[in-house]
Amino acid sequence: MPITRSDQSILGRWWWTVDHLTLGAIAILLIVGVLLIQAASPPVAMRIGQDGYYFVERHLFQLLLGVVLMVGLSLLSPSQIRMVALVVGVISFALVIATHFWGVEIKGAKRWIHLPGLSIQPSEFLKPCFIILSARLFSRRLETQNFPGFTFAIILYVIVVSGLLMQPDMGMTFLVSIVWATQFFLAGMPFFLMLGFIGLGAAGILAAYFFFPHVTSRVDRFLNPDVGDNYQIQKSLEAFHSGGWLGVGPGEGQIKMAIPDAHADFIFSVAGEEFGLISCVVIVALFAFIILRGFWRLRHENNFFIFLSVAGLLTEFGLQAVINMGSSLHLLPTKGMTLPFISYGGSSLLALSLSAGMLLSLTRKHYGQNT
Amino acid sequence: MSFFGSLFGFFNAKPNASNRAPAFPQYPSNSGWNTTPHGRSLAAALPALEKARGRLVIIGALFLLLYMYIVYGLFDTMIFNTDAEAKNAAPPPEAAIATRGDIVDRNGELLATSLQMASLAADPALVIDANDMIKKLKTVFPDLNGADILKELNSKKRFIWIKRNLPPKQQDAVNALGIPGLSFEPEEKRLYPKGALTAHIIGYNSIDHVGIAGLEKTFDGFLTKKNQSLQLALDIRLQSILRDALAEGIKTFNAIGGAGVIMDAHNGEILSMVSLPDFDPNEVAKANDNQRFNRASLGIYEMGSTFKTFTLAQALDRGAISVSSSFDCTKPISIGRFKINDFHPMHRWLNVPEIFLHSSNIGAVQIVEKIGINAQRDFLGKLGLLKQAPLEIPEVGKPMIPVNWQEISMMTVSYGHGISVNAVQLTSAAASVLNGGTLVTPTLIKRDPAIPLPQTRVVSPITSDQMRQLYRVVVTAGTGKSANVPGYVVGGKTGTADKQSGKGYKKDARLSSFLAAFPMNDPKYVVFIMIDEPKGTKESYGFATGGWVAAPTVGRVISQIAPLLGISPVDDNDDSITETLRLPVAVKGE
Repeated sequence: MPITRSDQSILGRWWWTVDHLTLGAIAILLIVGVLLIQAASPPVAMRIGQDGYYFVERHLFQLLLGVVLMVGLSLLSPSQIRMVALVVGVISFALVIATHFWGVEIKGAKRWIHLPGLSIQPSEFLKPCFIILSARLFSRRLETQNFPGFTFAIILYVIVVSGLLMQPDMGMTFLVSIVWATQFFLAGMPFFLMLGFIGLGAAGILAAYFFFPHVTSRVDRFLNPDVGDNYQIQKSLEAFHSGGWLGVGPGEGQIKMAIPDAHADFIFSVAGEEFGLISCVVIVALFAFIILRGFWRLRHENNFFIFLSVAGLLTEFGLQAVINMGSSLHLLPTKGMTLPFISYGGSSLLALSLSAGMLLSLTRKHYGQNT
Repeated sequence: MSFFGSLFGFFNAKPNASNRAPAFPQYPSNSGWNTTPHGRSLAAALPALEKARGRLVIIGALFLLLYMYIVYGLFDTMIFNTDAEAKNAAPPPEAAIATRGDIVDRNGELLATSLQMASLAADPALVIDANDMIKKLKTVFPDLNGADILKELNSKKRFIWIKRNLPPKQQDAVNALGIPGLSFEPEEKRLYPKGALTAHIIGYNSIDHVGIAGLEKTFDGFLTKKNQSLQLALDIRLQSILRDALAEGIKTFNAIGGAGVIMDAHNGEILSMVSLPDFDPNEVAKANDNQRFNRASLGIYEMGSTFKTFTLAQALDRGAISVSSSFDCTKPISIGRFKINDFHPMHRWLNVPEIFLHSSNIGAVQIVEKIGINAQRDFLGKLGLLKQAPLEIPEVGKPMIPVNWQEISMMTVSYGHGISVNAVQLTSAAASVLNGGTLVTPTLIKRDPAIPLPQTRVVSPITSDQMRQLYRVVVTAGTGKSANVPGYVVGGKTGTADKQSGKGYKKDARLSSFLAAFPMNDPKYVVFIMIDEPKGTKESYGFATGGWVAAPTVGRVISQIAPLLGISPVDDNDDSITETLRLPVAVKGE
């Protein structure tokens, strides 16, 4: 059933205002994700004693939930998005704190809350909400006289980061900090503050290196691959290498079997082994497209709140992809971060759907844009 | 909520833009897009927006660079990189393990060797039935701790050790069980077949096969590089004899420890070096610090009267005294607030051999006064007693010498106090004096007979002959009688030193030693034994001096090693021997 431009139903208006190309790129990524999880997850599933399609089935179910969430959110107005961000943000922050008391400890950090049928990592949901709320504080500074937007934004940042550091979740802290600093930069961060933040950031990274043993070990292993356990990275590089230009073919990968997190953090390596360089470049291009197109469209955006929110969400999304791909190619120290929309991971996928829903909502065509 | 609400500006939006607004605002009329709660026009934000757009270009450019970097990484890894390929092509880990060379004694007896072993590991994720696996493994390893392994198998680990270093037979048995999830990791195991017997000399390695003590440390590169084996000067038979005798001496006198050295008097080869207590180098972790402490080389001690050897040798060599010179030993010597006395005061004039055999400190002090401070220091330096002995193991103590070498130091050093050296350098210094007067350098490594040794003279052959006479008389008529072994012409000198404790001396804590050589008419070997803190026994009439404690042990050692060293027993009373060792003066012994 074609949707005509004159269709004034909710869906009709949505269809004609939402950015088709971004929507399409996300859809392609989701499909790529399903394909790769079919390739990567059966060995992992069998290793933990499950049926081969265990992860595939779960992923498809969560994907369905995610798509509903994403489309549902993209129907909302900016003020409703803000409301959602506030409510979800407060709840997920409370849960981040709660993980400290009731969380399940995995690999030395408490980040997860186990609910029946689903484990959620509340910090994943906090992330996009924090971006929206920060954007609101930064933009209100310009709209309301004497509104101490910068001060409030800094207070909010300190609160959120304290929660993340309690877990501790260095990766998330790092990502949230960069995105927030980017938003601050766009919001007109004064030059002297910029220098201060660069200094603080460097100090923070150094402190993390010296005070968190797992950070020390990850960085040391990155800088000196001969030290300690670099098994996943080594296997990941081997997988990429064996892929060559066109890959060994779907389901034909051998090295992927030896990668413990092949379906999650190392799914890009599976893409490399089975589908080859060209497919990997296409995946990189899809991410780059979503981000750069988003930025490009912001040139017409006159609403400062939307501008900062969209820039923040895209930065988060783009950085997460870069960190994941960079880690699996050993261009960056390993950081447990999923490849947006492609990796398996219920919590992460749902949180990304939340981000994407917000992004799609805020990038809809609306009055006030320069066209 | 109202605070947050107002903070984030929800409720100041125009009423119908509240959360009950239609799913999508009906533009252009609806609010939220172009105006702000306080009615400031959008234009107010425009300069800021312009600035933000400019800055967004920078962010976008950075992203572009990052993604290009990822694409570069993809090409590098997937197309150009040879690194991964090289690693795939690398030899399997079995071959990658470098084998450490063997260490053998002078007769080729194996002292340290490396074995290729396999250790059994499991990947808990691949184990199907942990209980069944443990049950099966117990048929091969009855002492396996099933509960511990089960606990580990149920953990989230991907790698656990089941049993380290399996011999081939057990490997085979495990393979035959055919349990999935198990794997063998090749490992090298360093074995010391002689156990504690060679512990202090050979040392040991870290778990990663890096030498961390003894010759294993010094020769780490040599042993690992070309899988070369190292041949020592050590004779394991002598080592065993010395260790047994020393252990017995320690036990008899309830001592805390002891050390012994057997050295070739001409080339300095250490045929045996023992320090007790010792430890099993195959199980280093179980050893305590006392066991690991090498008393023969790392420990430095005030040696006492054995040092009179050097005082007398130097005085004779310089012509400061002759063997027949005699000295007034009737009363103690006072210097400043110190008083130097004899352990067994004779209260009479003593000639040189009598000073030596009664071990008179008073005599030694009068003799050293004829030498002088600088000459004494130079001579001891020449004998290698003032610097760290050039031994091939890292555990070598540095001598403690008087900081301010004044007259008082000269006097005490003449009878072996106020200076601390290790057993090895004392032995090699004595060898240098007794072997005809040529300096010997101690070594743990077998010397190549083709390489001539440097001939550095320390005393003249005549002096060396005179010293041999003095050494012999101590055993025939002096404090060292119990070291005598018929047929092997043993000579020696006792030493008893009070052990230092802080700034003073410990009461009843002595180091009793005996420094011997044989056969004394032409010394081939020097034997030194010291016993740390012996207590007097009924048999020794409560004495714990060198003559009572160490001399019998040396006698026992010589009687057992001399035949192994190929020395034929002689008639001690044969003219040719008694003539060489006859003193030109009459000596009143004990």
